[in-house]
Amino acid sequence: MTTTTTHAPARFDQLDYLESEAIHSIREVVGELERPVILFSGGKDSVVLLHLAAKAFWPGRVPFPVLHVDTGHNFEEVLAFRDRTVERLGVRLEVASVQDYIDDGRLVERPDGTRNPLQTQPLLDAIAEHRFDAVFGGARRDEEKARAKERVVSLRDAFGAWDPRNQRPELWSIYNPRHRPGEHVRVFPLSNWTELDVWRYIEREGIELPPLYYAHERDVFARDGMWLAVTPYSLPRPGEEVVRRRVRYRTVGDASCTGAVLSDAATTAEVIVEVASTTLTERGATRADDRLSEAAMEDRKKEGYF
Amino acid sequence: MAALDAVLEPTRTTSLLRLATAGSVDDGKSTLVGRLLHDSKNVLADQLDALERLSAERGLDGADLALLTDGLRAEREQGITIDVAYRYFSTGSRSFVLADCPGHVQYTRNTVTGASTADAILVLVDARKGVLDQTRRHLAVAALLRVPHVVVVVNKVDLVDFDEGVYRRVAEEVAELAAALGIEHVRTVPTSALAGDNVVDRSDRTPWYDGPSLLELLEELPPSQTVLEEAFRFPVQQVIRPQSAAREERYREYRGYAGRVSSGVARPGTEVVVLPSGVRTRIAAVDTPDGELDAAETGRSVTLRLADEVDVTRGDVIATAADAPRPVDTAEAMLCWLAEVPLRGGQRVLLKHGSATVQAIVTQLEGRLDLDDLTLHPASAFDLNDIGRVSLRLARPLPLEDYRRSRSGGAFVLIDPVSGGTLAAGMAREPGRSGGIEWEI
Ligand SMILES: Nc1nc2c(ncn2[C@@H]2O[C@H](COP(=O)(O)OP(=O)(O)OP(=O)(O)O)[C@@H](O)[C@H]2O)c(=O)[nH]1
Ligand SMILES: [Mg+2]
Repeated sequence: MTTTTTHAPARFDQLDYLESEAIHSIREVVGELERPVILFSGGKDSVVLLHLAAKAFWPGRVPFPVLHVDTGHNFEEVLAFRDRTVERLGVRLEVASVQDYIDDGRLVERPDGTRNPLQTQPLLDAIAEHRFDAVFGGARRDEEKARAKERVVSLRDAFGAWDPRNQRPELWSIYNPRHRPGEHVRVFPLSNWTELDVWRYIEREGIELPPLYYAHERDVFARDGMWLAVTPYSLPRPGEEVVRRRVRYRTVGDASCTGAVLSDAATTAEVIVEVASTTLTERGATRADDRLSEAAMEDRKKEGYF
Repeated sequence: MAALDAVLEPTRTTSLLRLATAGSVDDGKSTLVGRLLHDSKNVLADQLDALERLSAERGLDGADLALLTDGLRAEREQGITIDVAYRYFSTGSRSFVLADCPGHVQYTRNTVTGASTADAILVLVDARKGVLDQTRRHLAVAALLRVPHVVVVVNKVDLVDFDEGVYRRVAEEVAELAAALGIEHVRTVPTSALAGDNVVDRSDRTPWYDGPSLLELLEELPPSQTVLEEAFRFPVQQVIRPQSAAREERYREYRGYAGRVSSGVARPGTEVVVLPSGVRTRIAAVDTPDGELDAAETGRSVTLRLADEVDVTRGDVIATAADAPRPVDTAEAMLCWLAEVPLRGGQRVLLKHGSATVQAIVTQLEGRLDLDDLTLHPASAFDLNDIGRVSLRLARPLPLEDYRRSRSGGAFVLIDPVSGGTLAAGMAREPGRSGGIEWEI
């Protein structure tokens, strides 16, 4: 019943602070609400989030399920990683499938083939169907300027919408996730983490990630200033030459619009060095969907997106 | 690997400083934040490209640095900040969390949000205008919240020809106001956020100022986690009893209390009391998934095991027995009223303190702060953004402490029982405490 190792950390450092702050917000919201869920895609931020949830309830299990909104455009290795991870932690996986919506006509494929914006409807339906009242996400404020405006605990109305002009005050670290029936809250425990913090934490905790976060050889082609992988969902158009490059991913999303970066960073330590010296933000480097317009993220979030 | 050490090392040696901006609308807060990020090389190439593109679209000459944080569509359209934007940056010696807050009176609740977690608040003043209503309001908020460091930034000195006399007059005006509000050790810096003078680099256009640049000053401020001597307090968030859901067989009988140390240090062996019940026991162990700790300092999330089988639930507070606070069912407090609907005496609310939420009644409005004379005046209602003193009655006793002695022990929020909305920031006050300066909490 007792633990075996004893250690007295030299001091409470920045990663300790961020970890403790995140665990505090997770425990607090779970203490107040009835039906939480974690959005889990297998991407690095959601992996860190799930790791923190596991720590928050240790030595018990995470007492609620995880939800993956599956675009149908996933990398195989990410899906395999997702299944392995939920199995290891003993949590239940729910999947909301964009493909199902397209197959039965509830959603229509976009002309540009990108499915990220199509995730909102299946997400909101899953929240309603399971009556989830607290939806944890791995979004960070440093990712994007609309996200920089988010509360840690952020109210969504009965339509799943975010009203950035009328957010609830969030005082000290006293979180208030109460809401009316039909509304829910999104909770972002990683709000104050930067990309570099996430990687340093992954290194410190020895967290496993899908392999495509590390440098590997891949067939890619250039589009919109990004390297896209050749997959069934992202095929080169005429004139786009396929080349073999050593790449890695900084974010993992819909394969059709998430770009890889040229990289030799094959270990977490090497990724940290690379991220620390990068000259581009992770979304600027890798996300076509955020380039649609200046306010693309804000508009999607207002509709109920992650 | 030297490069890796260099990159990993900062998190082990630097301290995090949380900053918030404040001051009247258009005094240059967002521009200053943009300038800090830009001149400290914390704006990446694609952000800079986007900024220049956006500024050009708006017909501006150069890049408008305020657009780095004014990220909402409505903010860009109106050229003002509406809600707090959080930005993260680091220098060789420190990491910063920067909350850029709005100046407009309508969005004061967002400025209170940004300031409530700040270790330091940057109060901007336009050198041409001096102290305005919102400067007074925000300084009052900073005093009320007891933000540990207040830095006054006299901005736009380029528009007063870098005149020393103007700077001195404004600095003096702010210092007097701060003193009246009981704020000590105010530091003052003359800047031009637009041109960059004294923001990151010292300016040669202010030869009469021999102090540090704003960034240098911020790098030197004492860190936030220096409260080791404070009494130990631990609001219980979860009772961890895995039973059949234990990750390993040996934890089936485990019973621990999860939470975050809100003040002081948790140590095995410490005599503690569970509040409000008053039952005494001892800390048997301070657990984390990575092993037991000899000490868990303020801010750390841990799970405590207690020496005896006592009744503890979420919302209880575990405190050192020697100096435990007395749970109370009536209290006096200062409020920042943050809701559109006014507060009146007799109103029923929920009060959340630590991890406890109880029903409460605001029995009486004791007075509302007048920003001109800084005293409390009788009032029949508090409107949006009003600051005032109230009496409260609680349905269940809570270990509320005087906010002046303990930020975490005295802070609470009021919640609308129907909508769940947050109505007010509250700061408990020792009952019947008479103060020299009347409005002081
Ligand atoms: N000349 C001069 N103009 C400045 C300076 N700082 C800011 N400005 C200008 O003042 C205007 C307002 O600046 P902002 O940074 O948006 O002001 P703010 O305090 O963030 O305003 P709110 O957030 O809406 O309260 C802009 O036109 C800026 O370019 C300065 O030091 N000198
Ligand atoms: Mg602004």
